[in-house]
Amino acid sequence: MARSDVRIVELPEVTVRIAGDSGDGMQLTGSQFTSVTALVGNDLSTLPDFPAEIRAPAGTTYGVSAFQIRFASSDILTPGDECDALVAMNPAALKTNIARLRKGGILIVNEDAFTERDLQLAGYTGNPLEDGSLSEYELYRVPITRLTQEALAELKLPFKVVERSKNMFALGLLLWLYDRPMDYTIRWLEQRFAKQPDILEANLRALRAGYHYGDTVEAFSTRYRVAPAKLPPGTYRNITGNQATALGLIAASQRAGLELFYGSYPITPASDVLHELAKYKHFRVFTFQAEDEIAAVTAVIGAAYGGKLAVTGTSGPGLALKTEAIGLGVMLELPLVILDIQRAGPSTGMPTKTEQADLLQAMFGRNGEAPVPIVAPATPGECFWMVLEACRIALKYMTPVFFLSDGYLANGSEPWRIPEPEELPDLRVRFATEPNANGRFLPYKRDPDTLARPWALPGTPGLMHRIGGLEKQHETGNVSYDPDNHDFMVRLRAEKIQRIAEDIPPAELEGDPEARLLVVGWGSTYGAIKTAVQRLRQKGYKVAQVHLRYLNPFPKNLGEILTRFERILVPEINLGQLVRLLRDRYLVPAEGYNRVRGLPFTAAELEARMQDILTEGNGHPEGN
Amino acid sequence: MADELKTTKPAFKPAAVKPAVRPSTQPETRDEEPETGYTWRDFQSDQDVRWCPGCGDYAILKTVQRVLAEIGRPPHEHVFVSGIGCSSRFPYYVSTYGMHTIHGRATAVATGLKVVRPDLAVWVITGDGDGLSIGGNHMLHILRRNVDVQILLFNNQIYGLTKGQFSPTSEFGKITKSSPYGSADWPVNPAAFALGAGATFIARGMDRDPNHLATVIRRAYEHRGAAFVEIYQNCNVFNDGAFFVFTEKETKPQAALFVEHGKPMVFGANRDKGIRLDGLKPVVVDLTDGKWSVDDLLVHDETDETIAFLLTRMFDDPRHLELPRPFGVIRAVQRPTFDEVMRQQIERTIEARGPGDLRTLLFSGETWTVM
Repeated sequence: MARSDVRIVELPEVTVRIAGDSGDGMQLTGSQFTSVTALVGNDLSTLPDFPAEIRAPAGTTYGVSAFQIRFASSDILTPGDECDALVAMNPAALKTNIARLRKGGILIVNEDAFTERDLQLAGYTGNPLEDGSLSEYELYRVPITRLTQEALAELKLPFKVVERSKNMFALGLLLWLYDRPMDYTIRWLEQRFAKQPDILEANLRALRAGYHYGDTVEAFSTRYRVAPAKLPPGTYRNITGNQATALGLIAASQRAGLELFYGSYPITPASDVLHELAKYKHFRVFTFQAEDEIAAVTAVIGAAYGGKLAVTGTSGPGLALKTEAIGLGVMLELPLVILDIQRAGPSTGMPTKTEQADLLQAMFGRNGEAPVPIVAPATPGECFWMVLEACRIALKYMTPVFFLSDGYLANGSEPWRIPEPEELPDLRVRFATEPNANGRFLPYKRDPDTLARPWALPGTPGLMHRIGGLEKQHETGNVSYDPDNHDFMVRLRAEKIQRIAEDIPPAELEGDPEARLLVVGWGSTYGAIKTAVQRLRQKGYKVAQVHLRYLNPFPKNLGEILTRFERILVPEINLGQLVRLLRDRYLVPAEGYNRVRGLPFTAAELEARMQDILTEGNGHPEGN
Repeated sequence: MADELKTTKPAFKPAAVKPAVRPSTQPETRDEEPETGYTWRDFQSDQDVRWCPGCGDYAILKTVQRVLAEIGRPPHEHVFVSGIGCSSRFPYYVSTYGMHTIHGRATAVATGLKVVRPDLAVWVITGDGDGLSIGGNHMLHILRRNVDVQILLFNNQIYGLTKGQFSPTSEFGKITKSSPYGSADWPVNPAAFALGAGATFIARGMDRDPNHLATVIRRAYEHRGAAFVEIYQNCNVFNDGAFFVFTEKETKPQAALFVEHGKPMVFGANRDKGIRLDGLKPVVVDLTDGKWSVDDLLVHDETDETIAFLLTRMFDDPRHLELPRPFGVIRAVQRPTFDEVMRQQIERTIEARGPGDLRTLLFSGETWTVM
């Protein structure tokens, strides 16, 4: 029974964070809340934040797993800087996440978990629930463990099952608090546990108990409602970057009419692409879980030689291992797509945390002069489109191509407008079938426009040829140590990549073209940069933004844009990689804004830095 | 530790067994025209062969070209994939499709190729360094997966292309430029490695017995699955005579045991010796002293795991021990191939679910429509 004393407050947007032990099912709870939110029609952005340890010791701070979602009635671009609500399932989760909750925000804690032992494990000397240290927040102490146990008591289930149902109690409470329906989650649970009726019943009871708790306990006096967002017309689904990447590869394979061969060695945060693709054998997708990163990329080279859409996926450390083979791909001039889902480095670094520090590795990390095109998506949904672009460039120019995503894009999600297949580019290729030089076949005789060499598949009569990693003579492809030929070939391979600039969209300037400050970004920082730029413009400042999806070659008009601005700020989650490329290429005084904390930028920190630049000297918004 | 090392056999000194007369570069081969309409010349490329004069690779190249002619498949249906090393230049010299890849990775490249192109005959050309040192990992995995390719491993027990350092098959104590005090590396036993990796086909041949080598390579081609062929190959520049004890007529009859499926294991200059099983140990018996006859000998069975184990373990230097080294097809068994299973999964999924539809896939999951 709904209480009549509860008021409903309309909000334009809300950011919620839930945190608990890595075994508490926080990611599942978060993604389920996300699905419901998507179906309600909000725009949304999510940030899963979990440790590399699969099950760190329960109750410790390093075992805390969190999930943040921001949802709104308007277009949003980031998962939010500060949270409006935090659910902490134990003291460790409270300790590691409380700093993200805004003053006056809603704090829901599982008070049953605040035992002496758990407080100690989290490093508390006293009990924060008792000592007044949380007085700045709207604190709700909910006995989640006990209430879940009571709700499930009749079922006489093992303790473990009861423990694992707590997250559904929390989800139920959140659904009530933000006025979301339960029926979608009920359907989802019914599907998920169709074969385990006991577990299904436990989850359903916990979910309802949480929902009804909000409804009946008088502690909560307010519910919040966020109206649906006005997104452009179309059919949408919620999608993570890795899902979009996998779908994009299948779409590319279908549009090219080529079987997809995906070779990969499991690595965080790229493995989900492998898992996703492995489901789609009926799309003629071969997934090859190789013995190591090197075998993954070299098997992919074999598949490319055999005439397939050949793709390998990895993260930074794996890319380091693939380096030599990518150089071979450059020399062989075979189409090849390399996904690098970047994570915090160096070395093993912080596997589950995001970073953008592989740009120079992708750009230069090979022996010899070995240029490789690079594309980078800006949002989770854009992974779909940019991986299609990577495939298009690879197939058209007969070259390896990098696709630089990162952990934040990979696991973050957003509503994605689903395209009709006809909207996708036509990627059909033409294989060589005939000799191309007076009855002879020259494997390195190039297309005069693209400089691409022909793709002649083994098995084709009359076109037998040998290719390899040794320098080759122009056109014939025969091994050559001739000094002038080498110089010529090095330049020719570089020229081929540069010509791609003729075939990509120009860089798009957003914001005020006459501003003094231009902010240039790439990859997953798009949302934070754009939000900061929007806020400053609302305050009356003039500022412009360019976000690069093509990093090698750069769009043709980039140099012209850069020279128009007095100040250029390049925020990156590295110590300044794009900024070096820009300075080097265009001799512009670009400056970096760099933080490498394994986390996405907040819009607030970027806004502060931009505002500093804009107010240097006078402290006021300036006109031009 | 030092005492243990002393108990090992002294390092092999090739000079001691070198025959008086230098072997010619091109050993004798059968030169009759195969009935397929192809001759070995049809598999010769237009590239100059750049191995050192006298290298064992020439004989192997010619033998492979001969076998290709005998097999009779058109050149465009063969692909030779190699890594790095002297032997890995091989693809440039055959007029088929070919790829000279990077060090150690030919097996992985071949895996990708064969999985997507089962219609091609895929050959891997590798060496003791390429296949067992830098590429040892991929060798393990192509064998256990049983990818349907032929792997010809040219073993010369030395790094030739980098001018003479010890390789993973060099004998213990080998003195080279990089091991002036003798190599401290114990050599790997390639056939035993292949068996340990789960290879379904293991054979050994030698550059200087091309007729025998041809039959072994032909068998490798006919085998469905990964066929591992170790070929003893003389590097006359950096490791001359490493295998002369097995290949030259003065010592070959005593040192080399040519095994054939279903036949007793007989060897010796006058076919006067045999291998008998004494408990679990293979021993050499004399067939002339009236004590043992051919009926007492171990009969080769290519499908028998235990015999494969015994034969691959017969690896001691026959100059110091009695046991000869086996040549021929040591093991040949059937198991589903990796490429076939991969393709079957695709075909069966399509049979069960129908071919994938892109629009259905894109619009799958929970969707909502904004007007």
